[in-house]
Amino acid sequence: MTLNVSELESHGTDDLVEVEGLEQSSVAGRSPMQLAVARFRKDRLSMVSLFFSIIIVLCAIAAPILVAAGVLHPNAVHQELLGNDGVTPKGGWSGVSGSHWLGVEPGLGRDLGARLMLALTYSLAIALTATALTVFIGTVLGIVAGFSRGIVDGVVGRFIDLTLSFPQTMMLLALSSPAVLFLRTTMADVPGFGVLEDRDRATGLYVIIILAAFGWPPVARVVRGQVLSLREREYIDAARLLGASRFRLYFKEVLPNVWAPVLVYVTLLVPAYISAEAAFAYLGVAIKPPTPTLGNILADSVNYTSADPWFFFVPGIVLALTVVVFNLVGDGARDALDPKTDR
Amino acid sequence: MFAYLVRRIIGGIVLLIVMSLVTFALFFASPVNPADFSCGKNCSPAQKKQTAAALGFDDNFFNQWADFGKGVFVGRDFPDDPKLRETAPETIAHCPAPCLGYSRERTANVTSLIKETLPVSVSLAILAFIIWIVGGVLFGVIAALRRGTIIDRGLVGISLVLYAFPTFFVGLLLYKFVAIKWGWVDIPRYETIADGGITGWASSLILPAITLAVFFMAAYVRMTRAYVIESLSEDYVRTARAKGLPARAVTFKHALRAALTPIVTMAGLDFAGLLGGAIITESVFNYPGLGKLAVQANRDYDLPTLVGLVLLLAAFVIIANIIVDVLYAVIDPRVRLS
Repeated sequence: MTLNVSELESHGTDDLVEVEGLEQSSVAGRSPMQLAVARFRKDRLSMVSLFFSIIIVLCAIAAPILVAAGVLHPNAVHQELLGNDGVTPKGGWSGVSGSHWLGVEPGLGRDLGARLMLALTYSLAIALTATALTVFIGTVLGIVAGFSRGIVDGVVGRFIDLTLSFPQTMMLLALSSPAVLFLRTTMADVPGFGVLEDRDRATGLYVIIILAAFGWPPVARVVRGQVLSLREREYIDAARLLGASRFRLYFKEVLPNVWAPVLVYVTLLVPAYISAEAAFAYLGVAIKPPTPTLGNILADSVNYTSADPWFFFVPGIVLALTVVVFNLVGDGARDALDPKTDR
Repeated sequence: MFAYLVRRIIGGIVLLIVMSLVTFALFFASPVNPADFSCGKNCSPAQKKQTAAALGFDDNFFNQWADFGKGVFVGRDFPDDPKLRETAPETIAHCPAPCLGYSRERTANVTSLIKETLPVSVSLAILAFIIWIVGGVLFGVIAALRRGTIIDRGLVGISLVLYAFPTFFVGLLLYKFVAIKWGWVDIPRYETIADGGITGWASSLILPAITLAVFFMAAYVRMTRAYVIESLSEDYVRTARAKGLPARAVTFKHALRAALTPIVTMAGLDFAGLLGGAIITESVFNYPGLGKLAVQANRDYDLPTLVGLVLLLAAFVIIANIIVDVLYAVIDPRVRLS
């Protein structure tokens, strides 16, 4: 009897502590999502980084519109702004002026600010598409493996081992010439894929495929772990008894319950893929100028470390800032969605 | 334990065999004819055919894979042609076991190319590993113990920012500014232990090692901090404190030991990945390691070298996986190998 009481008491205090930690005033029932959002909003750093990442995303969305409207000129050459050597811009600071806020590129004198803004569009598009593909593969395989267990689970597990054993960067390098050629010739002949004849599109798609092909195993592992416990729940038994199809069980019953860890992964994958694109660009596997990406601008800027340090630092800092704020949002999301975290 | 090891090793070998098959399928079933690259731009179809035959590229991928496997165990001749062996033995390149292929571009066996470049990558990996493990775990533990203070925030903030810069950016920054502009260290150039002694070897590697370590350290600070905080909130730590153990013993013997297990796992796998060459860092500093070899091999599409490197790296990762799992059981007595 005494034991029971103390147990009850300890539960009572636990609940109290939790409610207090969230919000004192209201005692109304709230969904886990609402709780997470409330927790996220209470964290100042996460909110600030969310604010900045929204600005970055808005820039990325606005850039192509502004280019089409004739406001941004990322490819306009300004030879007149270059010094006597015809390479480095006139004046210090890379030729920063009222019309070129971040200066101009050495060599061609293109506006750095405009190029970086449009680069955000391309880099984010690549990172987001690759993330979507990664999450899709990882989630589907994770759910299937966790739910069916047995042989299927074993096969997926070995498949994960196999994927993780491949050296990603080396495969990226080694496969780049044949794969891009394949996309531009064989794939482009398939009806509907004609757009791949374009070099940039083919390279972009190749980068996305490589990122997703080597990025899905952790997602699959996390999802599988979740599904292993979910599949034992009563509501799954109930659905099964009602004659739900396999597809329905997987994607209507289980999927909505694994979104939390997947969401955290998404927010952390995007910045990881943005920096991966930069690394790929340094190795020469990226969309090539004049189409700007954060990676190819940065890969170009490293040639001017001493001649034009401003041009070396600005793209690097823009990239790092982007990655930092996205990472902070990801961290915030993880803390908010994980009820165990206390900060 | 022994049965477990045997099973894991067999599993690893199977994985490696499957991997080599996949690799061969990817490379040799690709639409690019490797012979096109091997014999230069002005190459007649007949010459191309001859080159392909000499390199064994004319076969289907499965036979090529079988030949490769044979080469690993007994060695191979390029071209493997008994007639030619009698008439013109000087045109045949012999590749003794373990043969990972013959690179026509470099007129050398892939195995010997790897033997030349491996020491650089291994040296770099060892030095970088020491820096990042010591720094990462130390700063991570400090941040966890001083949680919420300015020290914690500073450490976490710095590692977050450092983590966001690409490796090549950090490397070039160190190379161009620390070494060339300010001259704080000698311009990095790889020196063997035999040439420069331990100190010469270490100082010749310090900048690239720091470059690599910075990237990993940033991740390890955050990881260590998270694990230590987690284990500090465990019941047994509270018990240890309650029974009056000194704070130092609680932190290091109780909390840290539990936090260390996942870190060892990560560190082992990261180290193995690094053994296969830090492609970007080696390119930035122009060090003749495996990573540089991979970049060069890719430039002139030297397929045998690329395939050899991919399989070698995969073998490193597979072996490291087994070692890490065994280590796991040693550190954490609760883990039972089965």
